[in-house]
Amino acid sequence: MTLDAQTFMQHLANGISVGSLYALIAIGYTMVYGILRLINFAHGDIFMMAAYFAFFGIAVFHLPWYVAFLLVIGVTVLLGAGIEKAAYRPLRDAPKSSVLISAIGVSFLLENLATFLFSGKPKAFPDFPAMTRVLEIKGISIQVLTLVVPLVTILLLFILLFIVNHTKLGMAMRAVSKDYEIAQVMGIKIDRIIAYTFGIGSSLAAIGAILWGMKYPQVSPLMGVMPGLKCFIAAVIGGIGNIKGAVMGGFILGLAEVLLVAAFSSLTGYRDAIAFILLIIILLVRPTGLLGEKTAEKV
Amino acid sequence: MKKCLVSILCLSLSVVMLAGCGGTKEDANVIKIGVFEPLTGANAAGGELEVEGIKLANKLYPEVLGKKVELVIADNKSDKAEATTAAARLIEKDKVSAIIGSWGSSLSMAAGDLVKNNKVPAVGASCTNPMVTQDNDYYFRVCFLDPFQGTVMANYAYQQGYRKIAIVQEVSNDYAVGLANFFTAAFKKLTGDENCIVEVGNYNTNDQDFSGILTNIKSKNPDAIFAPGNFTESALVIKQAKSLGLNVPFLGGDTWETEEFLNVGGQDVEGAVITTFFDDTAPVTDEAKKFVEEYKKEYADKESIAAVSALGYDAYLLILKAIEKAGSTDSTAIRDAIATTKDFEGVTGSITINEQGDADKNSAVIKTVKDGQFVYLDTVVIE
Amino acid sequence: MKKRVKTKTQLPLKNRWLLNIGAIVFLIAFIFIANQFLDSYIRRILNLCAIYTILGLSMNLINGFTGLFSLGQAGFMAIGAYAVAIFTVPLEARATIFYLEPMHPAISHIRLPFVVALLLGGLLAALAAFLIGAPVLRLRGDYLAIATLGFSEIIRIVFTNIQNITNGALGIKNIPTISNLWWTWGIALIVISSMVLLIRSSYGRAFKAIREDEIAAEAMGIGLFKHKVIAFMISAFMAGIGGGLFAALLGTVDPKQFYFTLTYNFLLIIVLGGMGSISGTIMSAFIVTIGLEWLRFLDEPLSIAGISIPLFRPGLRMVVFSLLLMGVVLFYRKGLMGQTELSWERIIGFFKKFGKKEGSQVGGDLSE
Repeated sequence: MTLDAQTFMQHLANGISVGSLYALIAIGYTMVYGILRLINFAHGDIFMMAAYFAFFGIAVFHLPWYVAFLLVIGVTVLLGAGIEKAAYRPLRDAPKSSVLISAIGVSFLLENLATFLFSGKPKAFPDFPAMTRVLEIKGISIQVLTLVVPLVTILLLFILLFIVNHTKLGMAMRAVSKDYEIAQVMGIKIDRIIAYTFGIGSSLAAIGAILWGMKYPQVSPLMGVMPGLKCFIAAVIGGIGNIKGAVMGGFILGLAEVLLVAAFSSLTGYRDAIAFILLIIILLVRPTGLLGEKTAEKV
Repeated sequence: MKKCLVSILCLSLSVVMLAGCGGTKEDANVIKIGVFEPLTGANAAGGELEVEGIKLANKLYPEVLGKKVELVIADNKSDKAEATTAAARLIEKDKVSAIIGSWGSSLSMAAGDLVKNNKVPAVGASCTNPMVTQDNDYYFRVCFLDPFQGTVMANYAYQQGYRKIAIVQEVSNDYAVGLANFFTAAFKKLTGDENCIVEVGNYNTNDQDFSGILTNIKSKNPDAIFAPGNFTESALVIKQAKSLGLNVPFLGGDTWETEEFLNVGGQDVEGAVITTFFDDTAPVTDEAKKFVEEYKKEYADKESIAAVSALGYDAYLLILKAIEKAGSTDSTAIRDAIATTKDFEGVTGSITINEQGDADKNSAVIKTVKDGQFVYLDTVVIE
Repeated sequence: MKKRVKTKTQLPLKNRWLLNIGAIVFLIAFIFIANQFLDSYIRRILNLCAIYTILGLSMNLINGFTGLFSLGQAGFMAIGAYAVAIFTVPLEARATIFYLEPMHPAISHIRLPFVVALLLGGLLAALAAFLIGAPVLRLRGDYLAIATLGFSEIIRIVFTNIQNITNGALGIKNIPTISNLWWTWGIALIVISSMVLLIRSSYGRAFKAIREDEIAAEAMGIGLFKHKVIAFMISAFMAGIGGGLFAALLGTVDPKQFYFTLTYNFLLIIVLGGMGSISGTIMSAFIVTIGLEWLRFLDEPLSIAGISIPLFRPGLRMVVFSLLLMGVVLFYRKGLMGQTELSWERIIGFFKKFGKKEGSQVGGDLSE
């Protein structure tokens, strides 16, 4: 296996480009998980719905992109908060498995609903020439988007860290995440905090969907399944509940996928398995993830 | 206690439902033809197109032997378990005389045993996997097979002077794997070079990122890339290749010929070359002229006609002609009539059913994308 | 745990036995009649009901009775299905099926009788469960869910790629089919009765103890890990058997059938039937299988008085189906049976009450 420097650099650029998208979506997972201790199986499908909203906003209703994007984020936040209210809030005191089943149910429902409403045929996401333009740097082709996505991800990371660490809402979120019942006793309105968290998570899914749509300009009902699972895995690798960890996990997963393809080109068919293998390894070696804290299990 | 009540209610309900599943009224003046297609799930797009053609054919030819032909459409949900129940339902409950379908060879194979055991003839419109009609006297098809299509494309590539080809295949798709394989075999034979396939990249259905395999391919400098697979992923493959600066021609199969492929691919799929069954701009038979005219009337909002729609139309007509020839709706008689079809003038050319149950076709159409449209390039005849 | 006030005494043992035997005779008679007189469409649905019962029970053993949230059923099914497919396909058909790449010489000349292949499938699935279970069963809750889901995806991806064993994406066809109800229902009955015996045994009690409280169970001297692995392996074995029957019913397999969403079907069955109820699983396997078939009318265009209603088009059925699932999860969390079982006392009590229409409590579980 020979790999010249230029090809290697190209692979590296590809890996960063995919990884930064994973990272962006993984943050949403980690936020919700950190507070609710729940894998939001529907996150990938909220992401899919956001992509459809963006498609309709731009390609069907011909809104200017900045209006469309703000609308998409707004509608997706409403969707996320609505799902929380309808499907998760009634189960707050139910066993964890019920909530998990509910999450799977929501995901199933959104996929079927999208198939019913928008048909199974994929739609073309509008093209953004400014973002998809290719830059040639020393023989390496890079889309403008590849440079923009990590910037957006890092920017969002700082905004979120600020919210979580330096605002009242963030303090309440941390309190709920540390101990749900005590937080309630301390007068924190749990339902509202959780709804806000879902809203933030969904807005991240919406931003992720818009950028994802620019890079992979195709919208279909099942588009959220694999990104959803992989980004959850990225969040676990980084240490679920840890925002910085999610970003790190996203980049690690993206690079691992692309570099494995680069090193063993005969194994390309196994690419989707890499995420799951990584997940199982990480869970065995370091279940709390790379940046996760050791938490004592409550008896 | 409420639970107990509900459970008993549910149980009795299910018994009633089960009873409801069986038994239908027989109507002597109606001939039923089952349409067995994926209308939901992963293959929905292809299934819908095929049904369009079948419905159009039914509209134009609504009668045979003085009886009305009724289409019974069963969605097989792109899922094998559903496919067998859907087929069983068509055969047992709806008592259809013949079945058309299905898009997706694996779904057709799932219905294969049922069709064979119940002696109801089935005509596949676009299932190209050789296994569909193997060991099955009751399965036929009007399309050509993967080996033929692969060979046609290999010939075209060779004529264009390509000597080094890279393959990107959808490894979880039987159609793509089959096509890639026959292409490879034919191309090796043509070039006499064992190393003419410089790289093979695999991806899975629903994948969205192909940058890794494409970067590998770029480092091998192929003359062209053969990328059989679903149009959904293929359009993205081509787009990503272009953004990686991989500016070589892309070759594919008939599945690409959809509006979605053009919409998603946009500028980047310009120049992509495919083999297909049918060309709406140059109809080869009278039937084809009629089909193109009527299709444009019926589905005015469509810009082009997919080959699978034409094949669905042909499958319907083939069955209708067979019923006419058999002079009865007895399914064994229909089967025999289908099996002996000779020089049937369909939309996609002249069809003769061979011993295998496949349509003997020796010509394929080659098309390319130009200005956002599939345009006719060449007709290839292989002896 | 709930306290149940038993207002009805249990039936005498003799009566219960008589009723049990009566039910079995009735069932055998029913299968016999069904086999003779029902058409293949209804037989097929009944066959599917049996297979879904087996798979539902397999899922319920690990999720409902042992309380481990596992989503790996599709993977174990795939192992069972492929074992049956690979080892029962007629030798002479193999060359035409494996036309891209010949079958691996180590297995290309082995053909096993159906029962042997079925058992082999189950055992291989159990072996896989042991190998994967040893590491992942230490995880809890949703981590276990996602790890088992990942495992089932890995199985599918591997099966897609090992062309010379599984024939890759092309799948395998010409598997000798069973359309006879004796196979499916016979095996389903064996599975159901072994399940009842297992749950009533000391192992079953240990599983339930783990479900209720792991720490307390450990303190009582129950080997957590050992029992979890055993439950996981038995569940996988059953899933393998179910998968094998599935392959033999359809006559063809390919990797795409075993996409992880397949597991959701069985999840729905146990949620609807009650997590931790055998009779509930059986009932809901029927309801789900038949209901899905019955709801088909939703996918067909409907016109009332000449006006076609655009709502009825392909896809509506699945929307309704998923709404039903959500409804059960949200408003009817215990499902049909909760953790209880149907018993003769309950049935009799029900009919008595139905006559009197009074609101007294009826209880009594076979399982406890």
